[in-house]
Amino acid sequence: MKMTGQYRIEATKEAVWTALNDVEVLRVCIPGVEEIEKTSDTSFTAKVRAKVGPVSARFAGNVTLSDLDPPNGYTISGEGKGGAAGFAKGGAKVHLEEDGGATLLNYDVDAQVGGKLAQIGSRLIDGTAKKMADDFFSRFAETVSGGAPETEAAAPQEPAHPAAQQKDAVPAESTSAPDADADADVGAGASMGVWVTGILVAVLILVAIFAL
Amino acid sequence: MPDTGIGASVKRKEDFRFLTGQGRYTDDINRPGQLHAYFVRSPHAHATIKGVNKTAAEAAEGVVAVFTGADMAADNVGSLPCGWVVNDRHGDPHKAPPHFPLARDKARYVGDHVAVVIAKTYDAARNAGELVEVDYGELPAVAETGKAQDGSAQQLHDEAPNNLCYDWVLGDEAEADAAFAKAHHITKIDLINNRLIPNAMEPRAALGEYDGGTDSFTLYSTSQNPHLLKLILCAFVFGMNENKLRVIAPDVGGGFGSKIFCYAEETVCMWASKKVRAPVKWTADRSESFTSDAHGRDHVTHAELAMDENGKFLGMKVDTTANMGAYLSSFSTSVPTYLYATLLAGQYTTPVIFANVKAVFTNTAPVDAYRGAGRPEATYVVERLVEVAAREMGIDPAEIRRRNFIQPDQFPYQTPVALQYDIGDYEASMSKALEMIDYDGFAARRSASEAKGKLRGIGFSSYIEACGIAPSAVVGSLGAGVGLWESAQVRFNATGSVSVFTGSHSHGQGHETTFSQLVAETLGIPIENVEIVHGDTGSIPMGMGTYGSRSLAVGGSAISRACDKIIEKSRKIAAHLMEASVEDVEFDAGTFRVAGTDKEKSIAEIAFTAYVPHNYPEDVEPGLDETAFYDPLNFTYPAGLHICEVEIDPATGVTEIVDWVAVDDFGKVINPMVVEGQVHGGIAQGVGQALLENCVYDKDSGQLLTGSYMDYCMPRADDLPSFRVGLTETACTHNPLGVKGCGEAGAIAAPAATINAITNALGILSMDMPASPEKVWRLANEPKMAAE
Repeated sequence: MKMTGQYRIEATKEAVWTALNDVEVLRVCIPGVEEIEKTSDTSFTAKVRAKVGPVSARFAGNVTLSDLDPPNGYTISGEGKGGAAGFAKGGAKVHLEEDGGATLLNYDVDAQVGGKLAQIGSRLIDGTAKKMADDFFSRFAETVSGGAPETEAAAPQEPAHPAAQQKDAVPAESTSAPDADADADVGAGASMGVWVTGILVAVLILVAIFAL
Repeated sequence: MPDTGIGASVKRKEDFRFLTGQGRYTDDINRPGQLHAYFVRSPHAHATIKGVNKTAAEAAEGVVAVFTGADMAADNVGSLPCGWVVNDRHGDPHKAPPHFPLARDKARYVGDHVAVVIAKTYDAARNAGELVEVDYGELPAVAETGKAQDGSAQQLHDEAPNNLCYDWVLGDEAEADAAFAKAHHITKIDLINNRLIPNAMEPRAALGEYDGGTDSFTLYSTSQNPHLLKLILCAFVFGMNENKLRVIAPDVGGGFGSKIFCYAEETVCMWASKKVRAPVKWTADRSESFTSDAHGRDHVTHAELAMDENGKFLGMKVDTTANMGAYLSSFSTSVPTYLYATLLAGQYTTPVIFANVKAVFTNTAPVDAYRGAGRPEATYVVERLVEVAAREMGIDPAEIRRRNFIQPDQFPYQTPVALQYDIGDYEASMSKALEMIDYDGFAARRSASEAKGKLRGIGFSSYIEACGIAPSAVVGSLGAGVGLWESAQVRFNATGSVSVFTGSHSHGQGHETTFSQLVAETLGIPIENVEIVHGDTGSIPMGMGTYGSRSLAVGGSAISRACDKIIEKSRKIAAHLMEASVEDVEFDAGTFRVAGTDKEKSIAEIAFTAYVPHNYPEDVEPGLDETAFYDPLNFTYPAGLHICEVEIDPATGVTEIVDWVAVDDFGKVINPMVVEGQVHGGIAQGVGQALLENCVYDKDSGQLLTGSYMDYCMPRADDLPSFRVGLTETACTHNPLGVKGCGEAGAIAAPAATINAITNALGILSMDMPASPEKVWRLANEPKMAAE
């Protein structure tokens, strides 16, 4: 599957970046994330529980960052196994840019699913991934633009968000992939901010590719 | 015996147990100490198997054993064979790469069997299956039929360079070229015969049981041909004596061809039952049916028809690429060759036909016979060609067919593609069908539809099939590894009832009724006194099973012959009892009479005497139990005309089939109601292919994208009209019953009739199946797309 999109976050790039540096923010905002573990400066593992229709499964994935250009963009690639549900692998190019006082996050995901995920879920994954991405940005935008993160929430929660709050994050309708060339090769030693941002996008991928 | 004999619409005897939930299917059978199997299947379309770590699975609760291909190799378990050798255009046999029940070095399609977990419960086996760690090395995959040979495609088997199984020809290419050189007009079409997933209502299942006391096996399996399965397993896979295996195929809930073949799962269950010394059972879940039942069709074809200025066919050239899938299923090689190209003459006098078929391997499930098996594909090519030719030539579609029909006085008719049709009357079915559909009134109906904003179309399909498969000598000369006769044992019991043991197998066809009618009428006994026994190699004589619309034409003929033997023996006993000469004893409706006297004995009395032979002829054996084997002299050739009328809503693209007339010549008919039911079911499957069903693999990854009913659309009752079925009759000339077979006709005729009707409504020449609303909407609303 291919999924491109753009989110506009009503906060300055610096504010977004600060929030992205807070793991607890991400734990609160990422739907279904159970574990995030950094395994090196440019790689981490995550476990996400995702649900599509009647099927709920836990997916374990490995994610690697490359083509790092902090804080503007990078390439992220990952693969994971969902047991009998099948496998998934893929990558995304991510690009952050300022837009007035706000920040645009562009992503371009190319993921491939296999096994039962493809047999049963191919028609459902796109919609589910979009919805989960929307959920994430709704919560994230609320957190970034609305005040202090809910740091007390150590475990993932899935509170129902009023529709009004989702206005803060507006999924762009454009389907053309943003130019996310990240030529600068920063090499190893990426900052905490980069890998946390990576988690954000990784979860997008995980959601996209493990969404069953 | 008008109520129950030949020609009566007797209600199906078997339906009582089916409708009251008392059928007994393979999954209903449970054996003491039984264990359950779960298959670990490849999620990749093409991957090397670098290693399998079974440790965690073996340690899981309830797990008895985990086996891989290496374990089967260590026991010298062989490859699942393909039983029909097709010689290519150079005379070389087809490429036959091994097909091991559990993959050894590579997985070659999504669903390929990599390991099996045997556990005390199915849930335990399934949970442990998730703990089997397979280290895959992913390889590029090829799933598209037309791309398998483009050089860049990854090769599946070392034995088959460039993924080519065979390059086969039928007919003389130079003669065809000469005919085309004289043509007034040449019609050319490109077709895809879409891939189908069989979807029998009952999923495949197997239960293997080893008896250590006798060192023998019993295998319960959802098979259409238990003896054939036994033969393949013993002679080819395990290399064991046939007396060491009994195969039982009890009630089977639909097969449509997909249960002919010898599959990995039943082979593994049987083998594993000896390894773990306990019965091993497996029943497919629906996802497994989608990924690992043998699929059907999947042809890519270019075809050309040469005509003179009157639309008379001068020659036909057909070039087809057929997808075999990742491995050769049991009879896969024969389907796009001897069951396909030999039917390209259709009902017509086309004098020269040249066919070239290339069979290719792809990273998809194996493809084999599916209801019609080659003949629907042939009919689709011929009837689409003829329809397009009629439109291009400006000739009425009925008229162009009539101009080219083989005439009744031309039979037996030798076609240019090997077959010799024994009899038929195609004009008769044409006339009757045109009358039933009111062809003359079509223009008015079309106008009425237009007034409602709808597009109306009419489509013909003059199909022919070669059924009653098959004369053993003929198929043997064409590469078949088996004979295709059938057996029957008719046993009169001492008190007058009859048990019939048939090598045919019923999985929805209604044999228990039709065969009972045949026996009741032939022997002159009440139908209630007849029992039909099938499906157990431990009780029935060696038989070849049910497929290719053969059960009545071949199996019924064997029953008829066995009944004849019963009557002849009874005549001798009757002559003795009535103190007459055998020549003077007549038999009619169950009673033996001495001609010109009032002496008579019922056949039941004779049967009693045969088992209580106190007063008995010296030269006759006791008992009344006769076996006959029948090998047909020719194929049978059911044929007819189906006419489909559709109404399309251009606003939604939805096609509604508003009328369907089927006029079929099946020869003599035993039970018209059963025949009509078979026609209905066949049409439904053919319409399913034409409108709804489509098996799709991702062209890059080889992932099955239509792996559930969310994405694979089966026909439902509200997709179909009330079919109007008519019969014509020319009795088959070479079997004792004059019957031809009816099980596949609908599926053979329907796709072409449907697409011909839709393209007629849309005013276009061609489109590929399935005619989904989206596709039809585009064609109806984007005229430039239609200008092919």
